[in-house]
Amino acid sequence: MRNVVRSEWTKIRSVASTVWTLSLALVVTAALGMLVSGLLRHDVGRLGPHQRLAFDPTFAAFAGMNIGQLAMVVFGVLVVSNEYSTGMIRASLAAVPQRGTFFLAKIAVATGLALAVGMATSFAAFFLGQAMLGPHRASIGDPGVLRAVVGGGLYMTLIAVFSMGVAAMLRSPLLSLGILMPFFFLISHVLGNVDATKRVGRFLPDQAGSRIMQVVAPADDTPYGPWAGLGIMVLWVAAALAGGYAVLKRRDA
Amino acid sequence: MIELAGLTKRYGEKVAVDRLTFTVRPGVVTGFLGPNGAGKSTTMRMMLGLDRPTAGEVRIDGRPYDRLKDPLTSIGALLEAKAWHGGRSAFHHLLCLAQSNGIPRGRVHEVLETVGLAAVARKKTKTFSLGMGRRLGIAAALLGDPRVLLFDEPVNGLDPEGIHWIRTLMKSLAAQGRTVFVSSHLMNEMAVTADHLIVIGRGRLLADTSMAEFIRRNARSYVRIRTPERERLLDVLHEAGVTVVETLGGDVEVADGKAERIGELAAQHRIVLHELSPRQASLEEAFMRLTAQTVEYHAQDETPAPRWGADRRKGN
Amino acid sequence: MIEAVGLTKRYGDKTAVHNLSFQVRPGMVTGFLGPNGSGKSTTMRMILGLDNPTSGRVTIAGRPYRELPNAPRLVGALLDAKAVHGGRSARNHLLCLAQMSGIPARRVDEVLGVVGLQDVAKRRSKGFSLGMGQRLGIAAALLGDPQVLLFDEPVNGLDPEGILWVRNLMRALAAEGRTVFVSSHLMSEMALTADHLIVIGRGQLLADMSVKDFISANSADFARVRTPDTEPQQREKLTSALTEAGAHVLPEPDGALRVTGLPLPRISDIAHEAGVRLWELSPHQASLEEAYMRMTQGVVDYRSTVDQREGLMAPPQPGAQPPLPVPGQGQPGWYPPPPPGAGGAPYAPPQPGPYGTPPAHPAHPAAPPVNPYAQPAPRPTADQGAAEPGAAQDRTAQERPAQDRPAAAPAAAQPSAARTDTEDAR
Repeated sequence: MRNVVRSEWTKIRSVASTVWTLSLALVVTAALGMLVSGLLRHDVGRLGPHQRLAFDPTFAAFAGMNIGQLAMVVFGVLVVSNEYSTGMIRASLAAVPQRGTFFLAKIAVATGLALAVGMATSFAAFFLGQAMLGPHRASIGDPGVLRAVVGGGLYMTLIAVFSMGVAAMLRSPLLSLGILMPFFFLISHVLGNVDATKRVGRFLPDQAGSRIMQVVAPADDTPYGPWAGLGIMVLWVAAALAGGYAVLKRRDA
Repeated sequence: MIELAGLTKRYGEKVAVDRLTFTVRPGVVTGFLGPNGAGKSTTMRMMLGLDRPTAGEVRIDGRPYDRLKDPLTSIGALLEAKAWHGGRSAFHHLLCLAQSNGIPRGRVHEVLETVGLAAVARKKTKTFSLGMGRRLGIAAALLGDPRVLLFDEPVNGLDPEGIHWIRTLMKSLAAQGRTVFVSSHLMNEMAVTADHLIVIGRGRLLADTSMAEFIRRNARSYVRIRTPERERLLDVLHEAGVTVVETLGGDVEVADGKAERIGELAAQHRIVLHELSPRQASLEEAFMRLTAQTVEYHAQDETPAPRWGADRRKGN
Repeated sequence: MIEAVGLTKRYGDKTAVHNLSFQVRPGMVTGFLGPNGSGKSTTMRMILGLDNPTSGRVTIAGRPYRELPNAPRLVGALLDAKAVHGGRSARNHLLCLAQMSGIPARRVDEVLGVVGLQDVAKRRSKGFSLGMGQRLGIAAALLGDPQVLLFDEPVNGLDPEGILWVRNLMRALAAEGRTVFVSSHLMSEMALTADHLIVIGRGQLLADMSVKDFISANSADFARVRTPDTEPQQREKLTSALTEAGAHVLPEPDGALRVTGLPLPRISDIAHEAGVRLWELSPHQASLEEAYMRMTQGVVDYRSTVDQREGLMAPPQPGAQPPLPVPGQGQPGWYPPPPPGAGGAPYAPPQPGPYGTPPAHPAHPAAPPVNPYAQPAPRPTADQGAAEPGAAQDRTAQERPAQDRPAAAPAAAQPSAARTDTEDAR
């Protein structure tokens, strides 16, 4: 197993797409967060006292995550589906015929890397965003803030892992991206914001998972808390991984 | 040693590989022949545990593939299809394969030297030509210094120097006591490389014999004689009951005759011979005769080519 | 008829094709040979007007390709099997080509039948195997029923029946009086297909002659002689008689003798005089491959070397074999030229010994006396995916003898000098 993990680490660090997608995730998330925070700095002053209470400086700094998570999706998809699209899978499975070991090692290495980058992204976005907010900033020591920032890192990681699971099921990078990108970018938001579908929509992985990044809970009837929301997301991820593993195990390479 | 026992693969209704049972022995180069769609690639993929057999099993040195510890040190394979990430360098491609099987890093440099890619080791493999790709595949096969080697169409895209090199390499690997199993469509290449042949058609075993035996059984062999005393020789042969097949110009051809016997006859009657050569038809001819019935398509005359009926899956 | 006169192509300061002049005549199959990166593809592309020559010219039926009226009806070419839009069906691909040059649609179905693709004509060519793509390329070449045909590696990916078919097709096309120009790396295939050869190396013409002449010019014929197995003294007797008569005699592994330097009837007479009965007396011509290797030695990119297997030694591999020396593996100096009067042994391993020249002196007659690798070699860039590393590769090849074969002391002088040269250049 240790050998296989080392091998997967070599694989992941020796392709350019890893560097591109992960650095894009970090830069986009942090930069957009800064931009939005900078704009809000002036607006917050003009808010009424009621609205003032609902303002969540931490969540404002994570505004870039909507776009940044797409880079994480691309990372997760490419890590897995590149094996198939390039034919590398034949060499990989000939070298490691124990498909469970192979899958576990690949997911573990990619998850580890995604976690590191996700945490860095989350902390960077928070501190840079707060710097832009100036007088309205939150401090990392404020109640719930550290949880939200750590949660942001976890959220980014889980999005990537979910994508890996889906890609393992679908194998094709184009198909996987074609489904995941519009889903996270559009469909999930539509479902989550239209009243008729709201009840279902908020149990989607990104909707449930993003709850953890909010320090000030929005005044709605969301039936779960921040950690329970993340738990729902973890269930989605586990299901995707199980599906991916089943496909890899059963089908011919 | 590779052992197949009742190996079968079905895709829905179609039987790609049908109860194949044979053993690939060490110490010789074994050629694996068959027309397109005969099931060669599927068989090789099952040998490597990439495809799951519908029935039967494959054993590599006595074990099923997925029970091998560090399989690359037991069996190395060059597949016909490309099996690497174009964005990765040749070095990193081999390094990740090596690491997964606990093979030291120095060995990666070594195989790169061996196949002649050391100078381009850091280049992305998508810039490689077909021939360079073959060399990278061969490097991957040699990585674990395995006892069993599989080569699927190894000379594809190589230039004559490369073709000669891989042929010599395969022979020397076999001479070291390794098991070498090679599939190819190039009969003339096989004729000078393989010692033993396994021929399949429509997924079934057609022949499992030595090269010499295969040609002897499936192709015409004859003795060609040239002599300044043609008429006398013909008389002598006739008297001895040897049937002369063909006489073109000054040449005499005798089918199924032993050159030794004709030599002795000529010596006895003091006939001068200018040539006495035992000839054999080519492996290609032998192969064509054997597989004639199993090829799903047929060229009626010399113009229309065989149809593509069988080989739908292969393009992917 | 294809005619090249002083054809030259330079890419920057690299010369891919240098002052090439040759004629490809109708009525026969002309093979076009050369190592990777020798400028074959560039030449083919210039013939078809895809690349412009830097100087010189190449004409088909007296005119440059681009000035031919209705070129597709006169010239057909199979260049790269991948030059097909993958999303289009085989039939539509050919139909596009046919419409561009005013060929009736009926002809499309005809050529699809000829290459055996009629059953998959409606399928997208994306799902085609290499062999199917090759057939589609051949169909495109035949579409205009042209008088001049160019094929680049036509049998790539075909199965034995397909290979036989292509061989017969090319011979039939030539027999109809067409000009057929084929490049290939498969020497055994070329030996059976081509009547005439044009060989280039490093962009320059190495040979332009019939296959027969090419083989006899670049290799030594020999006779295989077998005496009765039951009487070994006959063999001794014959060996000494032949040696006395000036022949070079070598024993073969199966007990036969390999005789060079005497014609067959003379061997027969000598045997007769010595009272030796013969069980075999057969003429052997060296293979085209062997002849080709001798000629092109020294102009090859990407040389392979012996597998050292030292990298595996770090943790001892259970059951691993001790590294045996592998004779004849990819070193410069295999295919040594025949020693004067000796005739030489084809495929002789590079060991010092009676069967070949020692590996220390890859003294090819055509090789310049100084290290040919020290200067940057002219190399085409369009010819090969990564032509760039070739020069460095040559260097590796040249270094090898010094590193691998410390025993071959005389080898040290030249190769090590070569190494310093190139290292300075870096």
